[in-house]
Amino acid sequence: MNISLLLEMAAEAGPDRVGLICEGRRWRYGELLSAAQGAAQIMIEGHYSYIALLDESSEAAAIALFGAALAGIPYVPLNYRLANIDLAAQLKRIAPACIIGDVERAEKLDPDSGHCFLSRTEFVSGAQSSTPQASPEPREGEGIAAQIFTSGTTAAPKAALLRHSNLLGYILGSVEFMAADECDAQIVCVPPYHIAGISALMSSIYAMRRIVLLPAFDPDEWLHLVTKEKVTNAFLVPTMLGRIVERLDDGVAADLSSLSAIAYGGGRMPPELIARALEMFPVTDFTNAYGLTETSSTIALLGPDDHRLAQYSDDPAAKARLGSVGRPIPTVEVEVRDEDGNALPAGERGEVYVRGEQVSGEYRERSALNAEGWFPTRDAGWLDEEGYLFLAGRADDVIVRGGENISPEEIEDVLAEHPAIAEAVAIGVPSVEWGEAVGIAVVFRDPSAPLDEETLRTLIRDRLRSSRVPEQIRIVDFMPYNEMGKLLRREIRSLFQS
Amino acid sequence: MKPGSKLKSTVCDTEVMVIRAGEGALECGGAPMAADKPTEPGEINPDFAGGSQMGKRYVDADGTVELLCVKAGKGSLAFNGSALTIKAAKSLPSSD
Repeated sequence: MNISLLLEMAAEAGPDRVGLICEGRRWRYGELLSAAQGAAQIMIEGHYSYIALLDESSEAAAIALFGAALAGIPYVPLNYRLANIDLAAQLKRIAPACIIGDVERAEKLDPDSGHCFLSRTEFVSGAQSSTPQASPEPREGEGIAAQIFTSGTTAAPKAALLRHSNLLGYILGSVEFMAADECDAQIVCVPPYHIAGISALMSSIYAMRRIVLLPAFDPDEWLHLVTKEKVTNAFLVPTMLGRIVERLDDGVAADLSSLSAIAYGGGRMPPELIARALEMFPVTDFTNAYGLTETSSTIALLGPDDHRLAQYSDDPAAKARLGSVGRPIPTVEVEVRDEDGNALPAGERGEVYVRGEQVSGEYRERSALNAEGWFPTRDAGWLDEEGYLFLAGRADDVIVRGGENISPEEIEDVLAEHPAIAEAVAIGVPSVEWGEAVGIAVVFRDPSAPLDEETLRTLIRDRLRSSRVPEQIRIVDFMPYNEMGKLLRREIRSLFQS
Repeated sequence: MKPGSKLKSTVCDTEVMVIRAGEGALECGGAPMAADKPTEPGEINPDFAGGSQMGKRYVDADGTVELLCVKAGKGSLAFNGSALTIKAAKSLPSSD
């Protein structure tokens, strides 16, 4: 099995159809395939172990992904926002690689590991002018299509491996070949090193939905491209959607009438934001997608009908589902389990486990799958009676106070309702008496008008059990997030160590 | 036959990739499929001339085998002499 099949089929069915647009340049499926074949030839001749991308989104991402697949080596999209020290460590882990993009930086960080450095232009023009043999058979190699370093919000980054069988299992199981109309266009604005950036390329190419690449997210650029290219589909992380809504509220002109569907995921969606977006885009289909790098993207979906039902219904269960990530897709199994690994009934909180062809759960160092092939996601959550999955933070974030499990969300939700509080985060802090106790970090809307500590404690005491009352409180100017909008709890934790 | 292997029709342009493998013979247009195309294509059996559609998944009644048609042709697909049918696609909203 090889993901190159996806591009080969698109190029077979519509060689002259435009498959990708980036910075004004239009790429036909036939051109993309022949560039990928050329890239594979370069990789094979150079005997590289990996093909790495240190760059914003461009056609080079698609050419490198499928070129690596044909050459039988893993594609490694690197996070260009990493600090030098972290990036240097990742470069050393993939030597010798062909590194595409920010050549100057990569060469400075890791000059002696035998890498080959190619700028985006050198790589793309080299791939186009390389002459591979006619329709070469893809090489098998180790069977790994992509190696993605996890974002490491709780620990050091792990090298997650996605096999061709995982990614093909996901695409063939969830996307219908050539399902898109010729006028359909998908705007892709997540960075190439995010799993959603990879799955977007694959699913759009297999559906033959034209990809409109936005090299780096900016709300005004996004609005401009959607208008100009009559984009029909989009995927956004909640932070991006928030910035788009903000710009529209500011009166930025845009024609979004072509936009028929917006999918979102990659982080917790604030309820006020999705409610506002549903109002602002009344005819657009919204889909919430939940997935992880280790699961080749989406494993659960909250579809457009669920969104409308939640928006218009008086049924509290239907309304509450807007806060869920929907139901597992038909090709995976999902269970919520307790600490001993026993499946829990509906309504009970535990750790989310998933199993299916698309689930890799495999790292360079070890596989995290259990003997029955289940992957413990480390996400905490519960299923409701109808099988809707609700997430409640990371399993590691649970605060264990004197043997009692406390979910940070219950405390955070109470605090967030207070008009003076912009954002609040609860974490476990060391406690002599309880082993661990509640600590909260708070951002006030108006830093010159903060609430005092006693008021904050009373807020919690009035609504929740006394064990939830914070032992330690820190006032901060802003919360630390990574560029994909993921909260960096380890950084907040360090506030309490001093 | 194993998952991931590609097979070609010996009587038309049809090509498939095996998704789920089973014990038995895969046929297209009434003739066994092979890893390579013969130089001279054989005759299509009129009983198996309904054609294959690119991108569709084909299954037998017992769910033993599943194929993905990666290139369309005039012959229709069969497993041990029984015609395969198109697996109904579950329609999911685009999520990435």
